[in-house]
Amino acid sequence: MADPEIKSYAPHHESLSAAVTESRPAKAVLMIVSFAFLGIFLLLPLIVVFNEAFAKGLSAYTEALTNLDTRSAIHLTLLVAAISVPLNIVFGISAAWAIAKFEFKGKAFLTTLIDLPFSVSPVISGLVYVLLFGAQGLLGAWLKAHGIVILFAVPGIVLATIFVTFPFVARELIPLMQEQGNGDEEAALSLGANGWQAFWYVTLPNVKWGLLYGVLLCNARAMGEFGAVSVVSGHIRGLTNTMPLHVEILYNEYNAAAAFAVASLLAGLALVTLVLKTLLEMRYGAEIAATRGH
Amino acid sequence: MEVRVANVRKEFERFPALHDVSLDIKSGELIALLGPSGSGKTTLLRLIAGLERPTKGKIFFGEEDASQKSIQERNVGFVFQHYALFRHMTVADNIGFGLKVRHGPSRPSAQEIRRRASELLDLVQLSGLEKRYPAQLSGGQRQRVALARAMAIEPAVLLLDEPFGALDAQVRRELRRWLREIHDATGHTTVFVTHDQEEALELADRVVVMSQGSIEQIGTADEIYDTPNSPFVYGFIGESSALPVKVEDGQVWIADRPIGLPAPHAPRGEATLFFRPHDVDLVDECNGCIAGTVAASRRVAGTRRVELEIGGERQRIEIELPVDHPAAQKSRVAFRPRRWKLFPAA
Repeated sequence: MADPEIKSYAPHHESLSAAVTESRPAKAVLMIVSFAFLGIFLLLPLIVVFNEAFAKGLSAYTEALTNLDTRSAIHLTLLVAAISVPLNIVFGISAAWAIAKFEFKGKAFLTTLIDLPFSVSPVISGLVYVLLFGAQGLLGAWLKAHGIVILFAVPGIVLATIFVTFPFVARELIPLMQEQGNGDEEAALSLGANGWQAFWYVTLPNVKWGLLYGVLLCNARAMGEFGAVSVVSGHIRGLTNTMPLHVEILYNEYNAAAAFAVASLLAGLALVTLVLKTLLEMRYGAEIAATRGH
Repeated sequence: MEVRVANVRKEFERFPALHDVSLDIKSGELIALLGPSGSGKTTLLRLIAGLERPTKGKIFFGEEDASQKSIQERNVGFVFQHYALFRHMTVADNIGFGLKVRHGPSRPSAQEIRRRASELLDLVQLSGLEKRYPAQLSGGQRQRVALARAMAIEPAVLLLDEPFGALDAQVRRELRRWLREIHDATGHTTVFVTHDQEEALELADRVVVMSQGSIEQIGTADEIYDTPNSPFVYGFIGESSALPVKVEDGQVWIADRPIGLPAPHAPRGEATLFFRPHDVDLVDECNGCIAGTVAASRRVAGTRRVELEIGGERQRIEIELPVDHPAAQKSRVAFRPRRWKLFPAA
């Protein structure tokens, strides 16, 4: 039952706006700025990519994608992602566990180190490997003597990709694990679980959504990385070209349609990642919120 | 299961959290570890559980030395202040977890685990909530599930760390009574940590009062309340008033007057007199008594709390008077503590 007295006050309240509510024009300006920015800098280029890709028709598009060099670039990209993403899942979980769950000397150092790939230009990341493994590099002579090829070959590309994508999983997990603390693991141990069971049944399910986000982002970057990979790959067609590198080569050869056709695949990957992330949030939103908070 | 804590010391990064603590817990007993924060009560509980290892000393479960055993081997039921329920598991899966992670023949079948979970849910009066997730339960319900989960492994000892600390007053009182009933029904040796003296005194068979990493006193609620053995316990448990006094000729003196309390065995010199504000006799004529001027008077529920200024020392103490007692209005009140204790001045 509504109190009549309260009713009579209602219009009065509506005319007053809360202290933090912006005025109508301010709201409109903020929204227009955001949408215009996203439209010009994100949506428009995306449209251009697909437009250019199909500029010479569907047959030219499929031809560009079935080209032998293109197919080998796609294979290589998938291979690099298939190696670097699982490794970074292991590294990421280990680092996050170490930082979030126990105290040790050099913890702050490790935390900073994890962020390094984000703060260093990818080109530098690639150059570091050249300096390490190159013919004139620190380990170059030793590697050559043992017949191990890293630079300008698949191992170098994988190493550079792992370096660049390392922070994604760890950064997603650290705040989550820190917030959750040790309580659940202690409970599991007190109930007789061994360390592995506690990890498998308790820790991992508690962070699974954060882990999935991290993996999605890690994968997108692994497939899309250009700078670091460009330095260590050597650009050997059909052998050490990943998709982003292949796009550049095609573009430099004035083969715009083919370049954009391959680019459209990468753009498609980004879109799929985005859709997956949104779907996950929609489908499991409540559960994600539950595992994040209490 | 009997639990014996023998001369245990625990340091965290060289900072001592417990100094040489010894405690015997009888089988089937319900014991409260009571103390302010930083008193080491939770550390002691975690040492018994095996969540921490003692720096020195030993912990026995029965005749067996448990100090070097892992938490898994000790078979303790631990209930956490913030429940620590597994949020991605249903209530039934939470309760069954301890059975599910067992190996070999000691691991019951899935069906048996479900049956046990339902049985325990009945015991904690939450029948029918098997399929719920922790997030769908109230705080009190979560703590009951946590207790059921701890009891599912048939623990040698049940350890509860501030089990009602995160709940509101009403639910606390309810769960307190309920925990006592569960304890009486199952007979588990139980140790719980609390900073709430009412909870400790009401619930426990014996209370262990702790302060600054040491045990101050162990005893029943009556012993702790009626015969505190240290100024700390006097101050921490219930209300108390303290007065600086002098002991001479087997008498307690304030300034230059004896106050009518014989103390033939107390050492001579400075001391502090402790007594309960409600445990006093008012006297009309001050021939050996404590006399003071009423400085303030407050009504507290069924009594009146009077603040007295004693002598020229500007000492203020509190005593309790009946609401309608004329002394409450008088400017001068004389009394003598009925039960009191002297401690040498610090």
